[in-house]
Amino acid sequence: MRRWLGRQLHLVDFTLGALMRRKGRNFMLLTVYTLVIFMLASVMFLGSALRHEAATALKGAPEVTVQNMVMGRHALSPPEWVERLSRIRGARNVHGRLWGYFYDQANGANYTLMVPPPHARDIAVREGETVIGASVARLREVHRTGYLFLLSPAGKLFRLKVARTLPHRSELLSADLVLLSEKDFRTFFNLKPRDGFTDIALAVRNSNEVPTVVNKITRILPGARVITREDVLRTYENVFSWREGIVLAMLAAALVAFAIFAFDKASGLSAEERREIGILKAVGWETSDIIAMKLWEGGIVSAFALVFGVAAAYAHVFLLDAGLLAPVLKGWAVLYPDFSLTPVIDRMQLLTLAFVTVVPFTVATLVPVWKAAITDPDIVMR
Amino acid sequence: MIRLERVTRIHNEGRPNAVTAVDDVSLELPDRRVTVLRGPSGSGKTTLLTLVGCLARPTRGRIWLDDELISALPERFMTEVRRRTFGFIFQRFNLVRGVSALENVMLPAYPAGEPHAALKARAQALLERFHLRDRMHEKAELLSGGEAQRVAIARALINDPAWIIADEPTASLDTSLVERFLAEVRDLAKAGKSIIITSHDPRVWQADVVDRIVTMQDGRIVSVEDVGKAPAAAAGREGSPP
Amino acid sequence: MIFDPPILALLLTSGITAAVWLAAAGFAVRLLRHWDIRSGSGRQIRLERQTYLVATALKIVMVAQMAALALFVHNADRMAILFTGAMCALGTLNVNEWGMPAFLAQMGMFLAAAIWLLVNRADEMGRDYPHTRAKYALLLAFAPLALAAAALQWLYFLNLDPNVITSCCSKLFTPEGAGVQADLSAMDPRAALALLFGGSGLLAALAAWPRAGRWPRVAAGILAALYFTGAVAAIISAVAPYVYETPNHHCPFCLLKPQYGFIGYLLYLPLFVATALLLGTGLLAALGTPASLRDAQPAFMRRVGCIAAILYVSFAAVALYAIMRSHLILIG
Ligand SMILES: Nc1ncnc2c1ncn2[C@@H]1O[C@H](COP(=O)(O)OP(=O)(O)OP(=O)(O)O)[C@@H](O)[C@H]1O
Ligand SMILES: [Mg+2]
Repeated sequence: MRRWLGRQLHLVDFTLGALMRRKGRNFMLLTVYTLVIFMLASVMFLGSALRHEAATALKGAPEVTVQNMVMGRHALSPPEWVERLSRIRGARNVHGRLWGYFYDQANGANYTLMVPPPHARDIAVREGETVIGASVARLREVHRTGYLFLLSPAGKLFRLKVARTLPHRSELLSADLVLLSEKDFRTFFNLKPRDGFTDIALAVRNSNEVPTVVNKITRILPGARVITREDVLRTYENVFSWREGIVLAMLAAALVAFAIFAFDKASGLSAEERREIGILKAVGWETSDIIAMKLWEGGIVSAFALVFGVAAAYAHVFLLDAGLLAPVLKGWAVLYPDFSLTPVIDRMQLLTLAFVTVVPFTVATLVPVWKAAITDPDIVMR
Repeated sequence: MIRLERVTRIHNEGRPNAVTAVDDVSLELPDRRVTVLRGPSGSGKTTLLTLVGCLARPTRGRIWLDDELISALPERFMTEVRRRTFGFIFQRFNLVRGVSALENVMLPAYPAGEPHAALKARAQALLERFHLRDRMHEKAELLSGGEAQRVAIARALINDPAWIIADEPTASLDTSLVERFLAEVRDLAKAGKSIIITSHDPRVWQADVVDRIVTMQDGRIVSVEDVGKAPAAAAGREGSPP
Repeated sequence: MIFDPPILALLLTSGITAAVWLAAAGFAVRLLRHWDIRSGSGRQIRLERQTYLVATALKIVMVAQMAALALFVHNADRMAILFTGAMCALGTLNVNEWGMPAFLAQMGMFLAAAIWLLVNRADEMGRDYPHTRAKYALLLAFAPLALAAAALQWLYFLNLDPNVITSCCSKLFTPEGAGVQADLSAMDPRAALALLFGGSGLLAALAAWPRAGRWPRVAAGILAALYFTGAVAAIISAVAPYVYETPNHHCPFCLLKPQYGFIGYLLYLPLFVATALLLGTGLLAALGTPASLRDAQPAFMRRVGCIAAILYVSFAAVALYAIMRSHLILIG
């Protein structure tokens, strides 16, 4: 064991020297390798950061949402449903929600108009006032006037005083938000109180009881659609995984190109290098020593490329807001939020990243490495 | 003692450019003697050395090192025998370029996994013995011919081999360096090493340290002369095959 | 199909593994026909040199397989949120009929690679490579497994349907249920713990016994395989409830979750490696001691046996720790 360790240390020592001696070639390899890892890591980091954002945003969402369905389409929920749902045991905090989409022709952007839930005191809005998401604020340049002007579907102009702008945290889902008081909302969309609500939200005290509560709701309101928070989370997870997978599959082509590049680099042994291997073998190194040395060489280059690539991707995604990738992965049409993603990286991502880069690299270079290692030691005598 | 029994080595066997470099050679190389292999260019001296030094396997025939049959060993064990038993001094010294003299000396011992500090101390002691103390950290390609030669000798000695094999060690040296090399050989012989040298160079085979001269031609041995004071045991048994 | 980076990584690895193994099997056929260690012919020298390539490739594959196994399980655990009804890796594995077989084949591949490398190691110590033929025959024998493992993994991942409602540990690992999983969790806790500790003690002693001859080693290999299933059953029946501190939760996969301090990895890893080592030495012992390994092979098996013994002891120690720490009382 100690001998083995000693041998490995010598090999690493020699390999580091050898890498420095062939700086030019190795620098080239390291650059390309780092670039490949940078691209892959950027996609993965952005994907998981988006997932994390969505999950954070949904954390505050109600456990269960009930929607009225008419002819298979989402319709307004009658006000008396609130009353009926409140009677279910285990359901708490039943309240009707008012929200809708609004297309802003001036900017070609879609806003989400919403009445804050009654228990959310921190974002409560008074009549004539509004609280808006950061992107809306930027798009409408509200900082100049302090007012938000909206043209209602009925053609009436609304003038709302901007009470404040929502913080950047978890911006992805709140960027396009316009919060209104219930009265303003109803006037804006021309809804009477007896028309009811967009949908009805409720909380469940014990998350294990969600299925039971859902069961009861479907029994009381057979025509309604019941959506749990878990469902939404699952959908998000799916959408993000899928997009990320598509991008990664495209990057697979880059990976193949890289493997060919690595194979080529490893095969192109200079006469000088071949002679060096011959000398080493002649003075007592064995084929497996040379293979081990070459694998160390690949391992060291991989390690550096991983560190550099991951660091660069981290900076790219979390400090520079993934400027190169956002259009592909976010796909949030016009409303590009000024994104500040929360840095989240887990072990599995790093393991995955190492897998998809180091394994192909090592396998691609294996045959050239072996070919170099079986160099005849007697070439040094020629 | 190394014993070759009807050893043949064919380069590129089975291909049109096949060359029989060593042809059915039987030979004994006694311990603790200086043997010189001479012969015209292309007579197979170097090839014979690669067989004796476990750098290549014979196409036919057998080679014993003491009582061990080394010609049939797989590469892995052949290398082990080579590392333990032989130290090599090559024609152009073949130091690894870009690497310091010190590390060049240490290289042959790396696979054995000796702790770095101990190995380094041994290599330094060797280099000091060859008066290379100040040149230790110089890159190999920046050494002068004489220095490179001494580094090569130090490298050959790092694993404390019983045999030293030198292929045309004086080919590119001027007379004073040849003298110096022969002096080193004398010391090594005194220290009990067995030495094989191939050479075209009369200065080498006429030197007084040489015990035995083997002459080759066309891959065969044409004569074996004992010239030293102490005739080797079993002299005369070898030579041209029956 | 779910396009997910870890899944792509796993598919890539299994594909590469199968390709490498197939190429190695092709080489094995050539070797079995032409290997002649006494010959100095060009062909023999080429074959010998190719063994370096094959051995290195298999070492890389084994390291990759080991990491892939961890990734596979970890990923299955993480994906549980995607599937209705899944609470841990088990639920994800049950999304389609390929999940469990894929997982078992993945484990099998790791064991196969470990056993092969152990034989390879012994072989490389002998000056005439005495086990080479056996070693490559073994490689051939494992080739179908390598193919199956890759195929199962592709089938599993390509058929992952997020709309499936799967069943998880709370349904499967209940003593009252039917099927293998139910049987595995139905052991009496007292018997289960006796099996776990008694077995690991016995195997550790057998593995560390320095004068163990050929047949005791073979027996240790067979016992190790049997004990592996027994130990897993004991974990499911008795250790898991202690860890979860509820008498009715028996899942072998939830143990891998972070909220239980990843104790599952600490339990399974030593058990797993120890099993692989004893299977390897059992196989070596069955092959017999060739003349060129008269001293080296028994010494090697002793060393490996000692490592296996240490691993069994640490496996038992982790199990004991899990039980001692628990507030649950199963045995009065
Ligand atoms: N690797 C090789 N491949 C093919 N032919 C070779 C090889 N090495 C040597 N030969 C041939 O074998 C013959 C013997 O060569 P070798 O180098 O052993 O002779 P030598 O006596 O050392 O010659 P010199 O005095 O020029 O060094 C020569 O004809 C040479 O061309
Ligand atoms: Mg020559």
